[in-house]
This record gives sequence, structure tokens and C-alpha cells, in this order.
Amino acid sequence: MEKVLMKGNEAVCAAAIAAGCKYFFGYPITPQNEIPEYMARELPKVGGTFIQAESEVAAINMVYGAAGAGARVMTSSSSPGVALKQEGISYCAGAELPAVIVNMMRGGPGLGSIQPSQTDYFQATRGGGNGDYKTLVLAPADVQELVDLTIEGFDKADYYRNPVMILGDGFIGQMMEPVVFKDRSDVELPEKPWATSGTKGERKPNIINSLYLGAEELEEHNIHLQAKYAEMAKNEVKVESFGLEDAELVIAAYGTTSRICKTAISKLEKEGYKVGLIRPISLWPYPFNEFEKINDDCKGVLTVEMNTGQMTDDVQIALNGRMPSYFYGRTGGMAPTPEEIVNKVKEILGGDR
Amino acid sequence: MTVVFERTTGLTEVETHYCPGCTHGIIHRLVAEVLVELDILDDTIGVCPVGCSVLAYKYFNCDMQQAAHGRAPAVATGAKRVHPDKFVFTYQGDGDLASIGTAEIVHAAHRGEKISTIFVNNAIYGMTGGQMAPTTLIGQKATTAPYGRDEETMGMPLRMSEMLATIDGAKFVERVSVDTPANIRKAKRAIKKCFQVQLEGKGFGIVEVLSTCPTNWGLTPVESLKWLKENMIPYYPLGNFKSPEEVE
Ligand SMILES: Cc1ncc(C[n+]2csc(CCOP(=O)(O)OP(=O)(O)O)c2C)c(N)n1
Ligand code: SF4
Ligand SMILES: [Mg+2]
Repeated sequence: MEKVLMKGNEAVCAAAIAAGCKYFFGYPITPQNEIPEYMARELPKVGGTFIQAESEVAAINMVYGAAGAGARVMTSSSSPGVALKQEGISYCAGAELPAVIVNMMRGGPGLGSIQPSQTDYFQATRGGGNGDYKTLVLAPADVQELVDLTIEGFDKADYYRNPVMILGDGFIGQMMEPVVFKDRSDVELPEKPWATSGTKGERKPNIINSLYLGAEELEEHNIHLQAKYAEMAKNEVKVESFGLEDAELVIAAYGTTSRICKTAISKLEKEGYKVGLIRPISLWPYPFNEFEKINDDCKGVLTVEMNTGQMTDDVQIALNGRMPSYFYGRTGGMAPTPEEIVNKVKEILGGDR
Repeated sequence: MTVVFERTTGLTEVETHYCPGCTHGIIHRLVAEVLVELDILDDTIGVCPVGCSVLAYKYFNCDMQQAAHGRAPAVATGAKRVHPDKFVFTYQGDGDLASIGTAEIVHAAHRGEKISTIFVNNAIYGMTGGQMAPTTLIGQKATTAPYGRDEETMGMPLRMSEMLATIDGAKFVERVSVDTPANIRKAKRAIKKCFQVQLEGKGFGIVEVLSTCPTNWGLTPVESLKWLKENMIPYYPLGNFKSPEEVE
């Protein structure tokens, strides 16, 4: 397959369509407007439907209805809009509906800014809506990975009957990079015998529902959901790492920030510093075990994010007190520069060599 | 012996949880009978709300989705767009439709979404124990309007049918009541016409059904029917607000 140059926001759409997604419900918000615009243009060409919903709340509930009707369906937004989608995401999780939700994160809190950020890490990984639920959270670092994770996201959503979130920082949506789409012509979409599509008089009614009024019943449902999440935690961890065996310091970073960190790590290497990297690709389930590969003499883990320190919580859980945890972040739409990261590493490791 | 009254196959065998004298049950029966008479039960996807009819997915004998509070029209939109050849209806209370879900119902109508809505107006939040609804009448007491609703601080009761009838995409709008056998028959006719509007691909349809809540009105079932007739019908006039000529 040949390479095509695509902007992240368009690539995620092309990936969704390649994965068999025919339905998109969304509401405009910068910096992801190219997504609904692309879907409005392209979905009718493949016999699909695009609706510009009256709000993000309505959009995610349309997703619920379409997913419940058995379709592959996607919605996208950016931070304040994804905050509004939390109700529907929780309902999808509770009713076990597959869907892909894209968040091209911008600065917050409140209206914040339209600049890139990573401030929705907690919202995405802790379940921003009510109840004990988990969504598979995938954080691509480049446009190719965005494409691959989106396609895989649809397959995983169907497999687990669970929402999947593609968590991109605003940079990835705006970035232009060459991408390749793998041939999927032989992939058959799974049957959904549980979906509501009319009984045709051939079966008992199907019901899409997250209500369990009896305490015992609901506990049982939650035990079932937790078993599913445990299965996801076992099978769906994705991580990239290097240099953990002999690193003096390890950097933990995801998304675009990890690319800036890689530049900083090469600069440091030239100056004689051995710095390793752990790049979680799945933010939930989190690659906790990867941190066990860090050598015992390592001085600690520096988490770098475009926020004021959110993934640091997971890093600290992973380290469990074994070594110090440090943080460096920029926020409000500011990205950390390689130089800033280099300086922070030197500060931790005790000055220039 | 001839059977004069049979349980409709449009409803399951599950016994409903509605209070004695609550007219939700009658409305369920009418909807179910129409689904059977139009022979669309097996091609129907119903969407139930949050409210006393939250468990309607157990009662209607067709595929059902349970929606978040007020979001049934959005959920129905998603289902209908995936299955344009299926019949899709929502069943919603007045808190659900006229308060938390106003945006969803207005925009489903505005898009001319080919779905049908049964809107059960009982002038109260039944399920949560009798709080004020946007449809609660002036002077009517509710647990959150203990001195009675007053216009000055709580506004006038919302007339949803009149409002929705102004929207181009809404092709069928009618208000009915189930307080007397004659009105029940009229209600069923309206529901049937409304459903036909969807089947003929004309657009959005809604039937507002004035309904009782003896439990939270603090009245007996019989007193409730009288209260509905004397208080609700004068403020919420019955009748058709909009109908495409062909189904007249
Ligand atoms: C987001 C949300 N807010 C509030 C509630 C609580 N709640 C449940 S039912 C209901 C009112 C329902 O009243 P109505 O729609 O009039 O239906 P009725 O019970 O009268 O038939 C409310 C407020 C909820 N379940 N979800
Ligand atoms: S609380 Fe009111 S609306 Fe609800 S079932 Fe009882 S009588 Fe009916
Ligand atoms: Mg009510």
C-alpha cells in the first residue's frame, strides 16, 4: 500500500472508515473540526450517515443508539466537549456498547484554550463519568500510530463490547505525516446477535440497558464488568520502552510529548547521560509492569506531560516507592522543549558533566 | 365463549410495577396494540426513558433500548439512522422530555427525524417522588414547590405540543388524554396516525398523553381522573396541532 500525506484529524477519519465505521455523530469544537468536516464529506460516499448533533451530550447518546443498533460508530471532540460526553460514555460502558471516542485534547480547565494539551489524562483513565467502569485508552504519538490504533480500537471495542478512547493531544490532530493503510478487504466485521434491529419474529427481544434495580443484580453486573476489565488489563497493555537496563534516569511520557522527550534523550546521550524511556501507548490499561524492568541503580523516573502532573499518579503506583518520581510539565498550550527536559534531567542527576 | 378483551401480544407477560390507577399502564397497552395492529412489532426498536417508565424495556414485546434521562430522542436518532427500515419510537415522561431533554426533543423534531414519540405528561416527577415538573400547573403543590407553583418564580407550565408544532420537521403533533373510555379511543387513533407518519417516511411525530399520578398527586385513582379533566385539560387543550393531509 502506498504512503499518503495526511493531517492527523483526517487520518483518524480515514482509519475509522477503513475499519468499517459508517456512522459519526459530533459537534464542532477546535482543534478537531476537520474530523466532523471530513466525516460530513466522506461518509455519504460509503453509504454512511453523519449528523451534526445539537450538543456533545446528544452526539454521544446518538452513538449509544447506533451502537445499540449494531453499527460501528464514532464520535470526536476536544476536552470541554468530551466532558459533556461523560454521561453517554458511562452509559455505553454500563450497557456494554462498543464505540470509538476521539479526544483531541486542548488546554483547560473551563474553556481553557484551543492549544494542545494532555490535561484529560485523569478524565480518560479514571472514568470521567459515574460508576466503576473503564474504557480502553489509546494515546498515539504519530499519525501512523493514530491510524493503526483507531482501526484496532474498533476491533477491540467490538471484541470487548466496550467504549475505546483515542486520546490525542491537539498536536497530533494538526500534524501532517505520511501514513499507510493496511489492506483490510478480507476482514469481516463481527456478528452482533445482541443488537436491537427488530426481532423479525425470529428471536426474543434484545434489550440495551444499564439499569439493574436490585442491589444483588447490579453487583453481579459489576463483577461481570470487572472480569472483563481484568481481561483487558491482561491482554491490551501497549508500551514502547528502551534503555531501562542501564539508565541513570528514565523518562515516562506519552503522545507528542514522548517525541520531544526522545529528542532530549539523544541530546543527553551525546553528553554522556544514559536516559531510558517508557512510552505508554495504552494509558488504560497502564503498563505498570514495564517499570519493573528499570535497573535498581536508576536515580528515578521523570514524568513529562503537557499538564501539571497527572500520569505521575500511575508512575508512582508502578514504582511503589522503589525510586523517586519527578515531574516536568508545561501547560496552557505550551509544549516542553527538548532543552527544558535536558536541563531538568541534569538538575535531577546533579549538574553538567 | 367469545373473548372480548385479550392481553395484546405487543406487551410481554411481565407484570408492570406501576401504582394502582396510574395511567402509564393504559398508554403502554395502546402503544402495544397499535404496534400489533400495524403489524410492525417485529420490526420495532423502542427507546424508554428515565422516569416511572424506565422499566418499559421489560414490558414492550420488541427490541428496546434504555436511554439516559432526556436523551431518548438522540438514542432513537442513532438507532433509526442505522436501521431506516425499522420503526423507532421513544416513550418519555414530562421531566424527561420537557426539562432535561428539551434540546434532544426539539432537535430530533427539527431534523425531521423519522421517529415517533409518546410523551406522557402527568404534571409531576413521578419516579423521584413528586417534585415539580415544567408541566406542573400553577398552584399545584409538588415536593419542590411546597407552596404551589407560582408564575413569578417558577414560570408558567410549558406547553410542549404547541411549541413543537412550530417546528417544520414535526409532521404530526397531537395532545390526547386517557381519562375516559372515549378519550382512550381517541388517544389510540392519534397514536396510530402518528406511527403511520413515520412508516410513510414523512418525518417526526409526537403524541402528548395527559396522564395521572395518583401517588404523587395525593389523590385516589378516580379523583385523579377528575383532577386531570378539571385542571389539566383546560390548560393543555386536547386536539391535533399538526398532521400531514394524507393521514387525516
Ligand atoms: C441525569 C439524571 N438526573 C436526574 C435523575 C433522577 N430522575 C429519575 S426519574 C426523574 C424524573 C422523571 O419524571 P418524568 O420524566 O416526569 O417521569 P414520570 O416518573 O413522571 O413518569 C428524575 C429527575 C436521573 N436518573 N438522571
Ligand atoms: S409514581 Fe405516579 S407516575 Fe409513577 S407509577 Fe406511581 S402513579 Fe404512576
Ligand atoms: Mg412526569
